[in-house]
Amino acid sequence: MEAVITQSVSEKVKTSGADAVLRSLVAEGVDLIFGYPGGAIMPVYDALYHYQEEIHHVLTRHEQGAIHAAQGYARATGGVGVVMATSGPGATNLITGIADAMIDSTPLVCITGQVASSLLGSDAFQETDIISISMPATKWNFQVTRAEDIPTALAKAFYIAKSGRPGPVLIDITKDAQFDQVEFDYKKCEAVRSYQPIPEVQPVAVQAAADLINQAEKPFVLFGQGVILGQAEEEFKTFIEKSGIPAAWTLLGLSALPTEHPLNVGMLGMHGNYGPNKLTNECDVLIAIGMRFDDRVTGNLSKYAKQAKVVHLDIDPSEINKNVKVDAPVLGDCKESLKQLTELVKRKSHQSWLDQFRTLNDIERAQVIQPELNPTEGQMTMGEVIKEVNELTEGEAILVTDVGQHQMVACRYTQFKQSKSNITSGGLGTMGFCLPAALGAKLGAPDREVIAVIGDGGFQMTIQELGTIFQTQAAVKIIILNNSFLGMVRQWQQLFFDKRYSSTELINPDFVKIAEGYGIKGKSIDQRDDLKSAVAEMLAYQGSFLLEVHVGKEDNVFPMVPTGASVSDVRLS
Amino acid sequence: MNKDFTITAFTENHIGLLNRITSVFTRRHLNIESLNASESQIPGIHRFTIVLNTTEEMVKKLVLQLEKQVEVIKAIYHTDEETVFQEITLFKISVEKAAEDNLVERLIRDKNARILSVEQDFMIVEKTGHKVENDDLLEFLKPYGLIDYVKSGRVSLIKMDEELKDLKKLIKEAKQAEYKQSLN
Repeated sequence: MEAVITQSVSEKVKTSGADAVLRSLVAEGVDLIFGYPGGAIMPVYDALYHYQEEIHHVLTRHEQGAIHAAQGYARATGGVGVVMATSGPGATNLITGIADAMIDSTPLVCITGQVASSLLGSDAFQETDIISISMPATKWNFQVTRAEDIPTALAKAFYIAKSGRPGPVLIDITKDAQFDQVEFDYKKCEAVRSYQPIPEVQPVAVQAAADLINQAEKPFVLFGQGVILGQAEEEFKTFIEKSGIPAAWTLLGLSALPTEHPLNVGMLGMHGNYGPNKLTNECDVLIAIGMRFDDRVTGNLSKYAKQAKVVHLDIDPSEINKNVKVDAPVLGDCKESLKQLTELVKRKSHQSWLDQFRTLNDIERAQVIQPELNPTEGQMTMGEVIKEVNELTEGEAILVTDVGQHQMVACRYTQFKQSKSNITSGGLGTMGFCLPAALGAKLGAPDREVIAVIGDGGFQMTIQELGTIFQTQAAVKIIILNNSFLGMVRQWQQLFFDKRYSSTELINPDFVKIAEGYGIKGKSIDQRDDLKSAVAEMLAYQGSFLLEVHVGKEDNVFPMVPTGASVSDVRLS
Repeated sequence: MNKDFTITAFTENHIGLLNRITSVFTRRHLNIESLNASESQIPGIHRFTIVLNTTEEMVKKLVLQLEKQVEVIKAIYHTDEETVFQEITLFKISVEKAAEDNLVERLIRDKNARILSVEQDFMIVEKTGHKVENDDLLEFLKPYGLIDYVKSGRVSLIKMDEELKDLKKLIKEAKQAEYKQSLN
């Protein structure tokens, strides 16, 4: 290992590689890790036995559960999630979470055990080439075969995971390196010569962006998770308030700006709000902040905001011009670039432009939102469940969602007052993410109410983590929005495949009984009259609680931008 | 419009980095025409020379994706006009066939190829040049007892080194380290 600038934080001491792993974690301030033991990581787990005071290890029921829990922890706290697994299947079970963390820029350090270095490449028991397998899905990975490299590798791992655009890092440690002796001397990593995590903000670029914004009559801000990752919520709010520009969020940008903020005009993209989607193709300057023009946001790129000049603030140079041609790129940390931009933009109000958003959103309110949130007949809707949760949590809860219809509905209708409150699998769309992520979020933010909203499909993908919730006694509130279907796929089958419901109907078990088996209190309702009291009972309950709500089997999520359509062709029905 | 581009990437010399670099191309379903890895003028820094046929828009994105990799220090792209480049082809030719006709000898002279080794039954001929020149000789030799051949990847140097200014600091550091070592 070379080319690393470091700062010494501990005294030299002779110890084993396995012990060095734990000492390194302690030096990085880690006090909670998620994982699952096995042969090749046993020396580290043995060392962990002596660190029970310093480090709490959460034993999940599957490595995928461990990594999603670490993701939930990282997203709720803004820190680095740490996950540990053994070689072979232990390591490969992490891959979905690694890919999820990569595309959603979540800082993770994954530590995997590996067979002894003398056995590498011999098809030894539980040997798999996890370095090659994880390579395209990690920000950085490294195989340690010598105990002496453990502290440097871990210092580098933490630095790379959390700096610049965050992401998952994997350190694979051979068993002999865990047993061997090392002169432990931990130095925190502060720079890597081949890696520039934060490009410097160029005043010329900020000026060019400000000029476009100052001339604009219909400017429109799109904000993503970059605002949250850059801890730039205040700078962002100050910027839009001074410039008076309406702002819409991506799925991962949600909660960076309070829902009730007068300039918050709603959600972008496939199931986003009517106003922001329609007016993307009417604005004259589009200002993208910490977002990456995902295809679920842009719809058909050839018909996306062609009339607009585009300003793009991002920390990652490879995002500029990747999907949308940019007229004024501003590289750098948006906490800094937003501050500079705010100084240069004129104080303005764009009232009539803002009213255009309101007018369109009023159409959506009448046609879609009103019937979704306040139905008077038929089966319960997903929206009315979320509305009840909103009323009782008053926008203070952390919402964790899975993937599908329930996710879109929950993200569309949940009210947020504070940042880092929306945890969902955005880019990868990983079903099974929610339950373990909610556990990780609750352990990371124990003082906050954590509500896991899950579909009946995704719940059964990581249902085993009920065991971890039981064992940790984490008071996660679980709402299953049960429509006995893989709802989003069914919706597409209905709309685009002539209602051929191929393999999407689920015959489900008794979820309440399953919860009870795990010592978790459960309740199931299918009547509207019971909804308010059931949600209240769930929130008032001290421990974890599972509430199953039977909702309309064939309800659809609207608005919708069909695949291949332009955002301005968003459908209300 | 597609054309040939040469990407030059300066990287740390770490195990697995080749894999990380090629995956930038693989995930975009792009075929690498040739790839060469070697040491560079900076001790400890590797140099990749990658040739591919694509659009300028794509190659711009590729170099940014390459630079995004933690262990890639710098990645740049050039057109053929902006670089001086060479490739090598080695030919194994039957001595018997070559002796039958002195055309082979003339070809070797005319095409600036050279004989590296002559064995009992065959000889090894080397041709260094642009791919088209080497392929040209290949076509000529085919009827004259060509037994086997192998082609190298492209190596190339950039005519203007302005774009390499980011590397100057590393070059300076390396020279200082070398100087310090020479004192010991």
